[in-house]
Amino acid sequence: MDYIFHLTTLSSIFAILAIGLNLVMGYTGLLSVAHAAFYGIGAYASAILMRSQGMNFFVAMGLGVLLSMGVALLIGLVLSRFDGDYYALASLGFNVIVFGIMLNWEELTRGPLGIPGIGKPKLGDHTIFSNMEYFFFTLFFLIIIYLLARLITRSSFGRTLKGIREDETALQVFGYKTVYFKLAVFVIAAGMAAVAGSLYGSYITYIDPKTFIVMESIMIISMIILGGLANNRGAVIGATFFVLLPELLRFAGFPPDIAAHMRQIVYGVLLILLMMYRPQGLFGEYKL
Amino acid sequence: MSLKTKNLEKHFDGVHAVDHLSIEIKPGVITGILGPNGSGKTTLINVISGIHPIDGGEIAIGSQTFSSIKRHEVPDFDITRTFQNVRVFEQMTVMDNLLVILSSRSVLTSLRQRATPKQLDRAQEVLKKVGLWEKRNSLASKLSYGQRKLLEVGRVLAMDKKINLFDEPFAGMFPEMVKRVSGILQNLKQCGKTIVLIEHNMQLIRELCDYVIVMDAGKLLAQGEPEKVLAQKNVIEAYLGE
Ligand SMILES: Nc1ncnc2c1ncn2[C@@H]1O[C@H](COP(=O)(O)OP(=O)(O)OP(=O)(O)O)[C@@H](O)[C@H]1O
Ligand SMILES: [Mg+2]
Repeated sequence: MDYIFHLTTLSSIFAILAIGLNLVMGYTGLLSVAHAAFYGIGAYASAILMRSQGMNFFVAMGLGVLLSMGVALLIGLVLSRFDGDYYALASLGFNVIVFGIMLNWEELTRGPLGIPGIGKPKLGDHTIFSNMEYFFFTLFFLIIIYLLARLITRSSFGRTLKGIREDETALQVFGYKTVYFKLAVFVIAAGMAAVAGSLYGSYITYIDPKTFIVMESIMIISMIILGGLANNRGAVIGATFFVLLPELLRFAGFPPDIAAHMRQIVYGVLLILLMMYRPQGLFGEYKL
Repeated sequence: MSLKTKNLEKHFDGVHAVDHLSIEIKPGVITGILGPNGSGKTTLINVISGIHPIDGGEIAIGSQTFSSIKRHEVPDFDITRTFQNVRVFEQMTVMDNLLVILSSRSVLTSLRQRATPKQLDRAQEVLKKVGLWEKRNSLASKLSYGQRKLLEVGRVLAMDKKINLFDEPFAGMFPEMVKRVSGILQNLKQCGKTIVLIEHNMQLIRELCDYVIVMDAGKLLAQGEPEKVLAQKNVIEAYLGE
């Protein structure tokens, strides 16, 4: 039972990541390969603040979110010069840079050793400790993020994002300064990713740079492609599926260590099959 | 408000798509722009609407002249347009195609708003005018070519600007649609709007236009009243020479 809560907690954290990236990729059509970087910035910022400043989890998370959004604003400005494939490559470059900083700024991040002993959140006097409690704690954030995403995608702003995805040039001729809309959604998504990062660090109590590599960004992209672009529910389902997949493989009778290796292959095969037969994903409305 | 080009130039790797073109679009009437394929008609309105940067010369709008035009400022100049190669928002509903035109251009305001009743009413009014009300919940990509052209016209109506540039709006439309859209153009003119109509069909040009401008190889070939211009020898030759 404890293990199930462990899995659902991880699913919820990835669902938060997927919901955020889906705003950028599914709704706005910007193929950002940098999402794990913001996830990492949130995780590192709150871990460092909690450990070295003894800060409360919520304050640390808040500051992590602000930092991530601030960085996203700068990076978004640079990325706004690119589109299409170049946008994807430039954003990937940014993820690589952030990984490099985590790995090499040892005084701050302890480099490859990572940061152990990250504290758990406290609600009043109560420390959220058990897997079950942490799951409900994470679920609470997931629900908030989900509702926020729903509000955004149903607003006029959300409609404009789709317009950018469909034909940015035409939209500009109708009077939109699309750069601002793209920046805003990028910053919002980065904030959401930082929430997931704080939750992750404090749940596992340990982070290291490897968790935030480009491959992780690609994994989140795969989640939303599977669930369906431009569909918030699809993002949640895609994330859950990806977290549960290795367990499903184990249930199917594969030994654990083989299942772990097979996971990568199955992800890859799934992506290829999806692109061939259902490019809009399971619940998506829109093809990349 | 008048719209003028002065020695306007646009080239693509040696092709002079618009070549030292000086024309004036008269306010409150329908001006036809014609010319053989590739004579630069679309490029002209692409330059006016900021799609392509200006390579030389100027554009005068009202009392101001510009040697560069930013796309997002085009509506501020009271100008809007349709696209010859239809550019509706394909994977959005017909309704959303119009609502996006009617909603706030500010990030913060648009985050706080869904469609206001006023916007919904206006969208309904426009969709009924262009005959797409029944299709309001379909994705634009599911519309026929002619219907997507109608949606292009709908967006122009929703923009509600003084100067309206139509790039071959009738191409690919069934006769009833053509009738509907020509009615819309005449109606706009009655409301005092300025209309530019790029069109190959001489019948429609004669029916609708008060004035015509003929382009050939990016240059001005002839201009004046439709009947006179269409009878001009060089104009006939330009078309026959295709
Ligand atoms: N984006 C572009 N890149 C390169 N060349 C272009 C571009 N747009 C137009 N041209 C060239 O400029 C010239 C004028 O094209 P344009 O589309 O303006 O003609 P048009 O008068 O609208 O023709 P049609 O009646 O076929 O629509 C053509 O030679 C065309 O090939
Ligand atoms: Mg043309």
